[in-house]
Amino acid sequence: MKYLADVTTLQYASDKCTECGRCVEVCPRGVFEMRDKRAAVTDKDKCMECGACGLNCEFGAIYVNAGVGCAAAIINSMITGGPPTCGCDSTAASCCG
Amino acid sequence: MQMQTLKFVKKTAPPWSIGEVAAPAGTVYRISSDWSRQDTWGMIKSRISGFRMSYTVAPGLYAVGEPTADSDVLVTANYKLTFDIVRRALKGLNAWLLVLDTKSINVWCAAGKGTFGTDELVNRIAAVKLDAVVSHRRLILPQLGAVGVNAAAVQKKTGFRISFGPVEARDITAYIQAGYKKTKDMATMRFPMLDRLILTPMEINPAMKKFPWIAGGILLVFGLQPSGILFSEAWANGLPFLALALVSVLAGALITPALLPFVPSRSFAIKGWIVGVCCLYLSTLYIGVQHPLLLAAAYLLFPALSSYIALQFTGATTFTGMSGVKKELRIGVPLYFTAAGVSLVLVVLFKIREWGLI
Repeated sequence: MKYLADVTTLQYASDKCTECGRCVEVCPRGVFEMRDKRAAVTDKDKCMECGACGLNCEFGAIYVNAGVGCAAAIINSMITGGPPTCGCDSTAASCCG
Repeated sequence: MQMQTLKFVKKTAPPWSIGEVAAPAGTVYRISSDWSRQDTWGMIKSRISGFRMSYTVAPGLYAVGEPTADSDVLVTANYKLTFDIVRRALKGLNAWLLVLDTKSINVWCAAGKGTFGTDELVNRIAAVKLDAVVSHRRLILPQLGAVGVNAAAVQKKTGFRISFGPVEARDITAYIQAGYKKTKDMATMRFPMLDRLILTPMEINPAMKKFPWIAGGILLVFGLQPSGILFSEAWANGLPFLALALVSVLAGALITPALLPFVPSRSFAIKGWIVGVCCLYLSTLYIGVQHPLLLAAAYLLFPALSSYIALQFTGATTFTGMSGVKKELRIGVPLYFTAAGVSLVLVVLFKIREWGLI
């Protein structure tokens, strides 16, 4: 299953890639694969902006505006003005099952 | 006085422990890989209620089997259900299990929040004196922990090198046996129907908590008469609407998640709306809504309700992202308000006709 097309904030600069393979190791959606000694993006629309690749790329080749894809969290953040995070500590938000 | 008494009370071992093992920072519990009836009951309760918020184990180091200084160290969260799934998956292995304090939240959500994170891992490694427990410097983390843990930063601060293992605990043994290599399958999050259905109680429960308000609103509108609020009127026209509202909640919270890949469109709002319209149509074959004005109001209001509730399921899926949900809300929320507003106007028109004012 894939979510909306052309919305992800994922950016990848292949010239900074050092072939460490960390992005392939951490992406739970198979967005990256190693191709010709470089990481390559297979399908950007698979990305769910979890941010694991951006956090773990030591060489600054990957940027993603990470956040939770959770309507309740985003509505909350619109009301409170804070960043969208799982509201696990308040009334049963669905994000943390 | 109390302090003194406490000193002599022996700490009672948790029911899932099977003995103790000496370690540099004090003895640690050896954990069983089997589930008791109590564990199963705990799983059921945490799947359907707020019980999960307090379903927890103490953070720290645990032993699996007969671990030595050369055994693998696996890291997990202190949500008891996560801990149970992991210990069951480690049956037959000799390993150390390092449990982080994630405030009883699972790995994926805790990593998103940052509690399953770099700082907590670094501090926990120091607290249990892990460098004295094992002679190697390797850690195996759940792959989904990578959202919160910066592996390079952990290595710089502690010397431990992180391998992100499989997504699911059940693949840990195969991953270790393959020489710490995971297949593409082990590295990818799936979302089969059973997994989706397991999550629906937490969609239905919050929706049903709001249902009395919806019901009250509907009955109030239908019961309203020039002479006051009449309960017979409220029931006659209000009851079919109540039933349809209930159907719409289930269409959004249960049927849409269950049929997710089979409903057209990538948008959850549209998916929910489509399922809502279908369920509404099927329901009106059995639940009579007599007046065309009321029928029009129902078709405007209820699919929008299903759509909104289906959109909430984005929080439970394994493939929706923030930018997409924001886009859906930006377009959807004004439409929901419009639909609710127009359907209210239609019901008011119906009431005015009924009262013979026009």
